Amino acid sequence: MSKRIDVNNLNIFYGDFHAVKDVSMVIEPKSVTAFIGPSGCGKSTFIRTLNRMHEVIPGARVEGEVSIDGQNLYGRGVDPVDVRRQVGMVFQRPNPFPTMSIRDNVLAGVRLNSKRMSRKAADELCEQSLRGANLWNEVKDRLDKPGSGLSGGQQQRLCIARAIAVQPEVLLMDEPCSALDPISTLAIEDLINELKSDYTVVIVTHNMQQAARVSDRTGFFNLEATGQPGQLVEFDDTQKIFNNPTKKATEDYISGRFG
Amino acid sequence: MSTPTRSPESDIHHSRMDDLSGIVPSPVRPTSDRPLLLIGLGAVAVWLVLWQVVGLHMVVGLVVGYLAFLLVSYLYYRAAGGQRVGLDIVVRWLVYAAFVCAVVPLISMLWTVIGQGLPLAFEWFFISTDMKGITGTHDQAYAAGEGPLVGGAGHAIIGTLIVTGLATVISVPIGMFTAIYLVEYGGKNALARGIRFLVDVMTGIPSIVAGLFAFALFTQIFGIRDAKMGLAGAVALSVLMIPTVVRNSEEMLRIVPNELREASLALGVPKWRTIAKVVLPTAASGLASGITLAIARVIGETAPLLVAIGFAREFNWNFLEGPMNTLAVYTYWMFTKPLSPAVIEPSQERAWAAALLLVILVVALNLLARFIAKIFAPKSGR
Amino acid sequence: MTRATSSAHKPVRRPGDVVFSSLSLGSGILILLILALVAVFLIWQGMPALTAEREEISGGEGFFSYVWPLVFGTVVASLIAMVLATPVAVGIALFVSHYAPRRVGNAIGFVIDLLAAVPSVVFGMWGMAVFAKQLVPLYDWLSQNLAFIPIFDGRSATGRTLLTAAVVLAVMILPIITSVSREVFLQTPRLHEEAALALGATKWEMIRTAVLPFGAPGVIGGVMLGLGRALGETMAVAIILSPGVFTWVLTASGNNTIPAEIALNFPEAAGLRLSELIAAGLVLFVLTLAVNLFARWIVEKRSEFSGAN
Repeated sequence: MSKRIDVNNLNIFYGDFHAVKDVSMVIEPKSVTAFIGPSGCGKSTFIRTLNRMHEVIPGARVEGEVSIDGQNLYGRGVDPVDVRRQVGMVFQRPNPFPTMSIRDNVLAGVRLNSKRMSRKAADELCEQSLRGANLWNEVKDRLDKPGSGLSGGQQQRLCIARAIAVQPEVLLMDEPCSALDPISTLAIEDLINELKSDYTVVIVTHNMQQAARVSDRTGFFNLEATGQPGQLVEFDDTQKIFNNPTKKATEDYISGRFG
Repeated sequence: MSTPTRSPESDIHHSRMDDLSGIVPSPVRPTSDRPLLLIGLGAVAVWLVLWQVVGLHMVVGLVVGYLAFLLVSYLYYRAAGGQRVGLDIVVRWLVYAAFVCAVVPLISMLWTVIGQGLPLAFEWFFISTDMKGITGTHDQAYAAGEGPLVGGAGHAIIGTLIVTGLATVISVPIGMFTAIYLVEYGGKNALARGIRFLVDVMTGIPSIVAGLFAFALFTQIFGIRDAKMGLAGAVALSVLMIPTVVRNSEEMLRIVPNELREASLALGVPKWRTIAKVVLPTAASGLASGITLAIARVIGETAPLLVAIGFAREFNWNFLEGPMNTLAVYTYWMFTKPLSPAVIEPSQERAWAAALLLVILVVALNLLARFIAKIFAPKSGR
Repeated sequence: MTRATSSAHKPVRRPGDVVFSSLSLGSGILILLILALVAVFLIWQGMPALTAEREEISGGEGFFSYVWPLVFGTVVASLIAMVLATPVAVGIALFVSHYAPRRVGNAIGFVIDLLAAVPSVVFGMWGMAVFAKQLVPLYDWLSQNLAFIPIFDGRSATGRTLLTAAVVLAVMILPIITSVSREVFLQTPRLHEEAALALGATKWEMIRTAVLPFGAPGVIGGVMLGLGRALGETMAVAIILSPGVFTWVLTASGNNTIPAEIALNFPEAAGLRLSELIAAGLVLFVLTLAVNLFARWIVEKRSEFSGAN
């Protein structure tokens, strides 16, 4: 269920502003890839282009190529809606639908697309997704309660359950722990480790320790100066990036000299 | 305290605070509220003397007493606490007086409407019958004690419901979809800005002009003889209602967090389903409350209906043919054109009763809107 | 910023999206259309009166002579209403936002909303049956003591004068100005207020230095909205005022406003008279349009300096 992502000479613009410049990389299947870098370096912008969510922002556009198992996301006739069904996304702040119960939240991707589903199949999918997000045991007795009644960490895991319920191939996470307390963060990090056996996981994080803990490969984004486009400075095995980076900028950032 | 220096820090906060030079930092001494009570009692005494003893008009006495109260308390607090304290007290009591100015007419009006309208408003015959065949002679007989009061506003109640309902059916889809365009599709493009601007302009259309428009439109379509019909009134009301619906809905859609839209889109849900199944349900209570307020705003309209629908004496269930009546128009006609010019009381009774029903309807709609907004507020879940 | 979403290719669009977005766009355009239709139909149907011979128009001296006293009545009544209502409305707004406790403030807010909801025909009935009578002694006193001022040179036994109508209009537009002002006053940045209080300002000084400058554009916008509303208000004036020919005297019957003139005469009008009234409606439309545009212009011009954004 997981696929390889190839990014080729990707440039991202907001109107006339060049946000991210010339990114090329290969993201391996069944691995966790982390992006780190100072604020405003374009890492969140970049991750959004992997499922065309950047198109929600007026004026945003890309040049270049992103392929999932050889199929270009930006090719002619590709529907962004289909792309997003293949590539799921979890956001910075937990955002369960406030009008829906926990169960409906998990099934939202299916329900909102008006797919018919038997009660039994729905129950199964719900349980399977919640188990997949390590949330089943905590909520199995209150599936009909509103999702917004859960704690922040539980809500975030609910959002992950919601994302995997559509059975994507890739899971993008945009700073998924930045709004959570340490214990909830730990639960999510454990979950990410389990998810990588089924999915290709890409995570943006502000927290370097987190990148070191959860990821197999790490990319460091940086920008030369404000107003300049962000760039991928270095992309390598996490061990290498943190212990023996090639570039000076990476080393400076890792060692806390800036950022 | 005594050196009138401005702290340099105040400048970096915000340019607005530069204005603090306007404050004269004269010393302020502590004062108590108790003397106010004494001064107030004195003012009441002045009022009573002017009114009862000198024989001035009650209101004139009240105004003089109030001004005396302001002046004396200013002088006292200026002496006791300094000029700034005196001014502060005066402004405080001016503000209180402003509030009274608004409440007095409201109470007087409600008092009048309830007092005049109550005897008749809840009589079954008044609610259930129309004015078919009722003439001045009936009223004269009633006034002379030779017959019962006959004739009601049943047809007007039905007309109000039909015309307002029709206007709602026309306005809500147009208004909601426009709001959806403004929030979800248009954003800040030129067309959206143009529409927003024109919705503002539309808000300012006088209600009678909306009536003239509907009349002119229907005259063009159906000819001048058959132009007056319920639908024409509904169109006139729609012109007034649409901008309110757009404004309220736009505001409600705008406060739906963007994160929810993103969450839905990221699940591979098309945009239109995201709007229909995530955005609208989340905003539902606000939208419903806004629509209720819009209905409340037009349900009491008289002028456009007077022009566009005319005036019917009897039940008319067909909004495509012939004049109808509504409570507001009924009230107006009964009040200004009594059935019998010699004996106006019965007609006035009907007018006040219809007015009371109308006020009750409007207040109920307003309460309902508040109730919807409160009870079904988002985040409570299903 | 005009490139909405596209990358290199035209985006794929689903049928549902196309239908939904066209419906939305269509509704928006329908609004433009309605507004255009209002103008077009008023001009079209009013045209006969504008082009008719002088003698054919009521009064026999052409449309302009017919309409200007009405414009005068409309504008004067509305201006008086605006002048009376503004200070009171600002006072109430301050009372709600800064003087009354929060719960009391909310309750009063509701009362003011109710005042806004009362149908205008009820205002008219109350104004004629209750309020006008109360003003008779005042008019007597004014006409006896201040008759050297032309507008007070006359009295009315019923109190059904343009001034009475104007006062009732003031009560009617009060809620509009109040609710707009209340909103902007409540939005005053806390930081500004606390800064003023921390510097030792009294409540009034805080309001003068922090709240009023911040809220001024909003208040002006609200006042203009109220003025627009007063210009177009029909029923209250139609019921209260005992209309007549143009006069400078405001404390006696006489004068009329455009909307009241239309409401009073429309039911019996036919032929050219109908066109006359519709043309008068057109004049009213243009008048309110001008006021509203002016209001927007002021609000936008001022908001650049207010620090509101």
